Amino acid sequence: MTISIRNLEKVYKLGTEKGKALEVRALDGVSLDIEENEYVAIMGTSGSGKSTLMNILGCLDKPTGGEYSLSGIPVHKMSSAALAKVRNEQIGFVFQSFELLAKQTALKNVTLPMIYSRANWLGAKKRAKVALQRVGLGDRMHHRPNQLSGGQRQRVAVARALVNDPSILLADEPTGNLDSTTTDEIIALFQGLHDSGQTIVIVTHEEEVAGHAKRIVRLRDGKVVSDYPTEDDPVHQEFLRAKAATAVRLAEAAPA
Amino acid sequence: MIIFAPILMLLRVLSQTVLLALAQIFNNKIRTVLTTLGIVVAVASIILIMGALSGMQRGVLAEFEQFGAKRVFMDGTLPPSWRGKLNWREVQLQEDEIEAIREHVDSLDMLCAMYYGTYSVQYEEILLEAISTVGIEPSWHDIENREIIAGRRFGSVDLEQARNVCVINEKAIEELNLPRDAVGEFILLSGRRFKIVGIVETIERAAMFGGGDTQTEMYIPITTAMNLNPNGWINFAQGEMKNPDDADNVVAEITFVLRKMRSIEPDEDDTFDVQVMQNIIDDFNKIALVMTMITGVVVLVSLVVGGIGIMNIMLVSVSERTREIGLRKAMGAHPLVILMQFLVEAVVLCLAGAAVGIAVGQLGLLGVRNMPFEMLEGAAAPGWAIALSAGLSAAAGIGFGMFPAIRASLLNPIDALRHE
Repeated sequence: MTISIRNLEKVYKLGTEKGKALEVRALDGVSLDIEENEYVAIMGTSGSGKSTLMNILGCLDKPTGGEYSLSGIPVHKMSSAALAKVRNEQIGFVFQSFELLAKQTALKNVTLPMIYSRANWLGAKKRAKVALQRVGLGDRMHHRPNQLSGGQRQRVAVARALVNDPSILLADEPTGNLDSTTTDEIIALFQGLHDSGQTIVIVTHEEEVAGHAKRIVRLRDGKVVSDYPTEDDPVHQEFLRAKAATAVRLAEAAPA
Repeated sequence: MIIFAPILMLLRVLSQTVLLALAQIFNNKIRTVLTTLGIVVAVASIILIMGALSGMQRGVLAEFEQFGAKRVFMDGTLPPSWRGKLNWREVQLQEDEIEAIREHVDSLDMLCAMYYGTYSVQYEEILLEAISTVGIEPSWHDIENREIIAGRRFGSVDLEQARNVCVINEKAIEELNLPRDAVGEFILLSGRRFKIVGIVETIERAAMFGGGDTQTEMYIPITTAMNLNPNGWINFAQGEMKNPDDADNVVAEITFVLRKMRSIEPDEDDTFDVQVMQNIIDDFNKIALVMTMITGVVVLVSLVVGGIGIMNIMLVSVSERTREIGLRKAMGAHPLVILMQFLVEAVVLCLAGAAVGIAVGQLGLLGVRNMPFEMLEGAAAPGWAIALSAGLSAAAGIGFGMFPAIRASLLNPIDALRHE
């Protein structure tokens, strides 16, 4: 079991009002298991708690209740220093806005996580090159982020996320800042990674993107409201039918 | 290999952070220059002041050396505890005391009492009023080690017979408009005829020893001087010890003889002062140390001011790079690594400032050496001042970089990543 969470809670205290504690339950008893080599999409509207869940899964944030074990290690009680090591060794992050260092080349950006790695700093440059080749940027290694397209930037970020061989790849709206062509690029890249055995969890609000995952978990008000394999997810199937119908109507309306 | 891995990694992180810090400095040139100005000024002033001070110290010590390390001075003094019991006239050195020292102090090679007087001097039409005239003994020539460039030195006969003879310097020849070969000429000193028997060479002396521009010098046998003014006194006596290492012995022996002759009780203070060159050098070194310390305090204050500038810019740097810090943390950077990154940056900033400051200080010293003061010719920053200024700058970097660095290391990764 790669990820196992039980009754996870995250409560934000916003002070008191009329003597009563004012709090927001961003996560309200979430339980979830993700196996190795799964490809899971976490969906939900804004405020559903999906980002909070993502942050906790990524060990960037600590839950206020419940349990979380990653590759069998309970991480919900770890210190921030210990979590840094977990993030470095077990988790690969892909952010919506790429978060690349603007003044450094693609190669340097991909090398970054290995600077902090106890195991991989020897031969870091070679590993970074391999990772960049894996995402198809072997010829763009010495370009800076502003010399790359959005899709290429996100691929650099993916290479950076993978370079320490993480247990899970976490992507937070990875296509949120991309147009449809480059979105397809990134989706294809994720598909390839999944095929080669990488465990992937992505957070998205786009049905189109989520449809490429093998499992869709839907959150609302901090609770899991549905958890199906993609082909059984009623909301997604409805989306696909609607999309197909639209395509047919568009085809009919098109002049011959 | 496995044992060394953590150390190697630390070195790697350190070198990475140094490179990062240098890049950061390179990318913000104007800001860096303005920020480090305080440190530059502080370090430049350490180098400049310490260099000038140590150069001056060296110059003065060399001046003392020229005077001779074997030199001993003694004169009568009136310490507060004796006031009311004796007057200052009564504590002056007496002839019999000089004789007793000459006889009993074995480590003393030579001794010469000095008997000052001020008289009018006349040669033909030229009359000089109030010329300082020193009554000396023949040993003066050897103690002062000044060459007689014409004529002869004083001999014991001059002293025994209290002859009206004098030895003068070239300045006196000039002032009195004497012929160039003045030996054998007669002058009127306090209305009496004195024969010039010798011309003594003029010694260049630093301003602090009454040199600078040369004075008219006039020497007569001490016995003659005493006859000329029976109401005078021996102003001081100077001697030379056999071995400069005997300084303490000489002082002790002279003190013993004088205390005995003056019947000073063990619990009473000396009514005289015996000084060897070493004591004077020690005194001077003490003054130099105090000056160094005062300068040190001033420089420390300016370093603190410079350090606050560094702290300010580091706080700006941390808040500017909040997202980068968040990213690094998300990538697994340990809080201590983040702390170190910003500390190293602060230290590198300070050291860059120190390097510029040292260069500026050295340039300044170049200027100081070319100033028309003989004493500052040897001005050079001592190695310890350079090391100290670099060390203090690094310490200022650590001290003032700590707060911003801690602030960066404690940032919450998500908040940092969301920072705009």
